[in-house]
Amino acid sequence: MSLVLIVLLPFVGALLPALMIRAGRNACATSTFTFTLLAFALLLSHAPAVFRGEVVQAGWDWLPALGLNANFFLDGLGFFFAGLILGIGLLIIVYARFYLAKDDRMGSFYTYLLLFKGAMVGIVLSDNILLLLVFWELTSLSSFLLIGYWKHLPEGRQGARMALAVTGAGGLAMIAGMLILGDIAGSYNLTDILQHKDAIQASPLYLPALLLILAGCFTKSAQFPFHFWLPHAMAAPTPVSAYLHSATMVKAGLFLMARMWPVLAGTVEWFYIVATTGLITMLVGAVIALFKDDLKGLLAFSTVSHLGLVTMLLGFGTPMAAVAAVFHILNHATFKAALFMNAGIIDHEAGTRDIKRLGGLLHLMPVTATLAMVAAASMAGLPPLNGFLSKEMMLHEAAATAWLGNGWVVPALATLAACFSVAYSLRYIVHVFFGPQRSDYPHTPHDPPAGLWLPPALLVMLVVLIGLLPATVAGPLVAVVAQAVIGGALPDYHLALWHGVNIALALSVVAVVVGLGALRAYPRVRAVWQAGPHPEAKAMFDAVMAAALALAQRVTHGLHNGSLQRYLAFAIGAMTLAGFATFIGASHEAGTRELLPAEPVAVVAWLLLLGGCVLTVMFFRQRLLSVLVVGTVGLIVCVAFIYLSAPDLALTQISVEVTTVILILLALYFLPKASPLSSTVSADPLRHLRDGVLALIAGGGMGLVSWAMLTRDGSSLSTYYLENSVSGGGGTNVVNVILVDFRGFDTFGEIIVLGIAALAIYALLDGALHGRVARRLSAWTPDLPVSVDRHPIIMVVATRVMLPLALLVGAYIFLRGHNQPGGGFIAALVVSIALIMQYMASGFGWAAQRVRVNYHAMIGAGVLIAAGTGIASMVLDRPFLTSAFDHFHLPLVGEFELASAMAFDTGVFLTVVGAVMLALANLSRMGRLTGQRPVNRTAMDVDPSMGMSKEHN
Amino acid sequence: MEFLVATAIGAMTAAGVYLVLRARTFPVIIGLTLLTYATNLFLFATGRLAVNLPPVISADAAAYTDPLPQALVLTAIVISFGMTAVIVVMSLRAYLETGNDHVDLPGDASPEAREDDWKLLGRKQGEPAARAAAGLEERA
Repeated sequence: MSLVLIVLLPFVGALLPALMIRAGRNACATSTFTFTLLAFALLLSHAPAVFRGEVVQAGWDWLPALGLNANFFLDGLGFFFAGLILGIGLLIIVYARFYLAKDDRMGSFYTYLLLFKGAMVGIVLSDNILLLLVFWELTSLSSFLLIGYWKHLPEGRQGARMALAVTGAGGLAMIAGMLILGDIAGSYNLTDILQHKDAIQASPLYLPALLLILAGCFTKSAQFPFHFWLPHAMAAPTPVSAYLHSATMVKAGLFLMARMWPVLAGTVEWFYIVATTGLITMLVGAVIALFKDDLKGLLAFSTVSHLGLVTMLLGFGTPMAAVAAVFHILNHATFKAALFMNAGIIDHEAGTRDIKRLGGLLHLMPVTATLAMVAAASMAGLPPLNGFLSKEMMLHEAAATAWLGNGWVVPALATLAACFSVAYSLRYIVHVFFGPQRSDYPHTPHDPPAGLWLPPALLVMLVVLIGLLPATVAGPLVAVVAQAVIGGALPDYHLALWHGVNIALALSVVAVVVGLGALRAYPRVRAVWQAGPHPEAKAMFDAVMAAALALAQRVTHGLHNGSLQRYLAFAIGAMTLAGFATFIGASHEAGTRELLPAEPVAVVAWLLLLGGCVLTVMFFRQRLLSVLVVGTVGLIVCVAFIYLSAPDLALTQISVEVTTVILILLALYFLPKASPLSSTVSADPLRHLRDGVLALIAGGGMGLVSWAMLTRDGSSLSTYYLENSVSGGGGTNVVNVILVDFRGFDTFGEIIVLGIAALAIYALLDGALHGRVARRLSAWTPDLPVSVDRHPIIMVVATRVMLPLALLVGAYIFLRGHNQPGGGFIAALVVSIALIMQYMASGFGWAAQRVRVNYHAMIGAGVLIAAGTGIASMVLDRPFLTSAFDHFHLPLVGEFELASAMAFDTGVFLTVVGAVMLALANLSRMGRLTGQRPVNRTAMDVDPSMGMSKEHN
Repeated sequence: MEFLVATAIGAMTAAGVYLVLRARTFPVIIGLTLLTYATNLFLFATGRLAVNLPPVISADAAAYTDPLPQALVLTAIVISFGMTAVIVVMSLRAYLETGNDHVDLPGDASPEAREDDWKLLGRKQGEPAARAAAGLEERA
């Protein structure tokens, strides 16, 4: 399990720095360091097992149905990379503590760093490739945050965006590649995939998968032609460059190529794609690096070149080349991280990292100079340092490789790249530290505090040690890592400084001589370079991005022109199309089910309904009329429910119908009573034609689907509900038992939705009672003739008399609901209608004075009671909302049944009443604001007796 | 009977779609109501049609209709009531805020959505717009 912990620790630790920064910068750095150290220690605790050649595994099933499991494994390769990530990470934390300025936000820096670290460790330890992809994307995201850490610098933001665009796009391609790979192998676990070399290489999908995966690797590892993002990412703070762009993130692509090496390598395609890309990258990177004046730019292109070198070695596909690749990854990480930190020191202390403004620093910064010279010499491939060893191995392999039958192409180009490599490495030494001291450094250069030079010094020590004693210091590690990469027997090799006089040594000598010559004649070489063309990658990238953006904008603005009518037409058109495509694709003819006879009454109702639809469409501009007609349609639907054995639905439908009509009428009081003339058919016949056609197609489709469905038999799981309703739910009304018991959770969710809807309505209306809208309302005069008698006496009396009756009916419907048609919903609507009638008849003021219930609290209470019922069953160790019921006997009343579902239904009842009342009462409150008429004080404004007496006077 | 139900569903859908595509909020609300009827009836019909077979358990019932779609539709009716209520109030508030009930965003696509016929309304009633505005100021 400690394996999982190694991955999780950085993520958990990422929470701390942002908090610890309050306790000071040291506390912040220490907490980051501690978490990394813990993870590193855990990793090292697995070292004995790894060096014995064992594979440590851990994990758990996460989403087994998708093949996505949180499986981790640790073999030599994973151990090596995790060690690099965590080990160099420790040095970087120390370095960054002293590098970051006072006003840099150190807490968020360390948080980003830990997030990145966790993601990187996740990549190298994942067994499941889907999990690996998740971590892969996480590194893209966290590196975006790190590169753009200095948000105030436009270069930082642009560099971060470019890195994200390139690596993110590669990551997307890789997802596709990995899915194909997993599909071929029949498993998404690397340990399984690595066993299926033959199946994968024989598959016709091998090449697509390879290309897609390589797209991910090449973008991440900055291979030509995707190398351009890396130099721009150098706008990041130096600790980030040292960490991401030398030792970790850019190595992720190499890691994956090494990881997949056993199954993907060894084919012709692999060789020509990978080795050629690597070779070109190595050469291009080395050439450009020589002419960069920015120290970090030089190092960035040098990194590109070295990554190309490793890629090329992996591309060769021979075990010996793989060993060399592994060895060079290790060596490059040590000297390049040291050099990046070194460049940061120079930048920090001398105030610039422009080579043209530097020189003569040797005596001013002796420690820095020494470290730089050793590391750069290793980068140049000079003996007796570790860079020399792996470069020799590379040249040796290159010399043995034929490209399209040519034996000299690869060694010649590799040697050429090595020449440039020597030249730029020595330039870093000569042009920065030697030469005359200058008087115009931006700062006075001096050696930095130990916190800045110790981390690179440790790495430089490794550079020397590995160089001198390769077999002792790095031998076992290289062996176990190479074993994991190759997945078979190791070739016969030994790491040593001196291999005798051979072709590789000769090529090395050539490289050093030519490199020195190039540096001596630097001004002339540079003039030649300046004369040539320099395609600017950033300009091209920006042009591509701008074109993509313009295209997206054209499409988006073309489709989204602000007309919701149009969006809706598109949406309905698309839905209709999708519906028809499915319907035509499947069997769509009518079935053979025995049909019910159409009674004359039913035909009459049907005619009324069709007529209602037609009338609504014809007279939609006259709004009051259309409300009435649509109400009729609703009533017929309600009648249909009764006729077709759905009494509960009919009851619900009719009460909802009444409530909706009241609501719409209340709103219509304020809204315009007719649509403007521009809505008529003659004003815009084309649009009406389009909508009409769309409507007919959609309606026709629905009709056909319904016909096809109704004429066939169907299977249903309702037998279960019918059988268990009485025994399990204690009620004979199966619909109600389903609502409050079998699918009680649905109902629970539903009342919450209803409560939220009511609160939203309250918020919308309450906001209208203040400010501009309220002023408008108070200046508003009703646009319909208003009756003098605001509260007709007959209506007032009738509603008041009806109130207790209606409440009684509500209670009755509620109580019988479990066994007969009825229940909480319907009862709530009936009660609400009775109450709202009081508002309508006697006025808001009168009613509001008498209703002492807070509807908000009522909604809340309802939801809580329903939830409480559910939780009570959990307390009794049963699943949420399990219902219980029993029969009781009371004298006089007789035997009766009590079910816990009743309590749940009470919750439903309260929520629905609260929601409906909150919505409607607030709507009627609006009327009070319209200023022209005084608000009534009493329920009966027009007192008939008063009128009589006036007449008499 | 099946034919009647199927055609009713189709007719209500067609009318609903046509109204939902109108430019003013009120017909959209009416259209949504019609679409709701159609959808609910369709969902209900997935249990197939049956006459005089209510899903209430009793000793002398020969058979029962499918209770599950009924339960689902009952929920759907209540939820769509909530939805209709929110939309009605939203359209009311939008009208009060902007002074017109056009569904489109005010823009080049539909210049009509920019008009504020609130003032127009005052004028229609024979009250000069200036006086209405002055009254408005006074109250503020």
